[in-house]
Amino acid sequence: MKFPLYLDNHATTPMDPRVLEAMLPYFVEKFGNAASRNHAFGWEAEEAVENARKQLARLIHADPKEIVFTSGATESDNLALKGVVEMYREKGDHIITGLTEHRAVLDTAKALETKRGIKVTYLPVDKTGLVSPDDVRQAITDKTILISIMLANNEIGTINPMKEIGKIAKEKGILLHCDATQGVGKIPVDVQEMGIDLMSFTAHKIYGPKGIGALYVRKKAPRVRIAPMIDGGGHERGMRSGTLPVPLIVGFGKACELCEQEMPTESVRLAKMRDRLQAGIMKALEEVYLNGHPTQRLPHNLNISFAYVEGESLLMGVKEIALSSGSACTSATLEPSYVLRALGVGSDLAHSSIRFGLGRFNTDEEIDYTIKRIIEIVTKLREMSPLYEMAKEGVDLKNVQWATH
Amino acid sequence: MAYSDKVVEHFNNPRNMGSFKKDEDGVGTGIVGAPECGDVMKLQIKVQGEKIVDAKFKTFGCGSAIASSSLATEWMKGKTLEEAAKIKNTDIVQELNLPPVKIHCSVLAEDAIKAALADYKKKAGQSE
Ligand SMILES: Cc1ncc(COP(=O)(O)O)c(C=O)c1O
Repeated sequence: MKFPLYLDNHATTPMDPRVLEAMLPYFVEKFGNAASRNHAFGWEAEEAVENARKQLARLIHADPKEIVFTSGATESDNLALKGVVEMYREKGDHIITGLTEHRAVLDTAKALETKRGIKVTYLPVDKTGLVSPDDVRQAITDKTILISIMLANNEIGTINPMKEIGKIAKEKGILLHCDATQGVGKIPVDVQEMGIDLMSFTAHKIYGPKGIGALYVRKKAPRVRIAPMIDGGGHERGMRSGTLPVPLIVGFGKACELCEQEMPTESVRLAKMRDRLQAGIMKALEEVYLNGHPTQRLPHNLNISFAYVEGESLLMGVKEIALSSGSACTSATLEPSYVLRALGVGSDLAHSSIRFGLGRFNTDEEIDYTIKRIIEIVTKLREMSPLYEMAKEGVDLKNVQWATH
Repeated sequence: MAYSDKVVEHFNNPRNMGSFKKDEDGVGTGIVGAPECGDVMKLQIKVQGEKIVDAKFKTFGCGSAIASSSLATEWMKGKTLEEAAKIKNTDIVQELNLPPVKIHCSVLAEDAIKAALADYKKKAGQSE
């Protein structure tokens, strides 16, 4: 085993060496500008970009012409929301999204509220993190111009019923944007079947390079139009100007191709490892709670709360394993994860949550080591926890008058 | 965030971790914080005459909170009640090199010291 272990694959993934290999020629040797129409350097670059576009499109069942390259999913989310609002503002001023969306969507929606006077409905989720299609339907008004719901959540891995939501959007003739950043490459995604009109995803979550993402923009039934946020040379059919970063795009394409080939076996392998991790921890420790949906979740995600143990101290105790926590002890606001709060998880258990994100390069040996270390540290920290002591003495922590500060 | 060496040291080798019986003679207990805020500290002192002869802690919280309370017990041991009351959160910040986002951990430790002293005095007063 090579330390530290990396189990934070929702934050980012290591690049697959095969992706790097595909990219390398496009830095020094094949450096052309894909927009140079008059010489071989440009043609070579353009061909590479178009090939990558096909690789992306195939993974999500789209047409290559429907792919717009961006700098990442944050930009794609911004472009989708702001681009639609600017283009369809006369048709309406209402958009619908969810409380557990990534901040790239939430903060964009908030900016549209304050700067553009857009009305935003933030749909709640159930205790497993699911958006209800019925809630979507009921939130729609004659002023609704966009629905933006994520495919899979980055903290708890809950997978939303996109197909049902897509059906409602189609029926009502409202555009549907999906932040599929955590789902693409991990679970099957089909923009036709799911009725998605715009979709954000990014390379660095699927073993590709950082700094390159894409927005799928539907061309037919309906033809979606968005106003650009970046004006310039008219690249990407005018929706996103700027010279294309060819090596990154080639890497993104290769990463998509590898995901398409390996998903059937990889998702099964990771789900097995994840289930073993979960069972190993839960068998050994009491009062461990799963956050998110028991089955409708990403195969490589596990999010659990260890009662009476604060998440950040747990991470500090297993420094040789890279993990993340919903505890916000380090954040300026000191607020725990808003995603867990939206599920109705109490602040105490939100502070006690740990996210495990498995990936392509994790091994069974690493999982066994992680199980062993988590059990050790949780046991040690519970020994140290006044809450655990009180609970063992039979004190109901809910009825204690805490001296809050 | 990177932790200071001293925080890591206290976290890995906590001093005086444990509990006294709350109703034991000469024991003062302070519990501060709340689970919803992500930190709860329990500090206990054992007093003979005017002197703190022993101290213990248990903490639910981040590494800096654990280190702050561990350090507090170390500092209180051997001090008189009056001396212990003078321990300031800023001393803890300085000793542990706490960054600004972790200052609340030291504040909590100072509160816990005060609460333990007050509890001892209250109990001592009642038994007289
Ligand atoms: C759901 C979701 N949306 C958007 C993003 C932002 O992606 P990027 O880092 O490519 O901007 C992330 C990654 O943190 C994410 O998980």
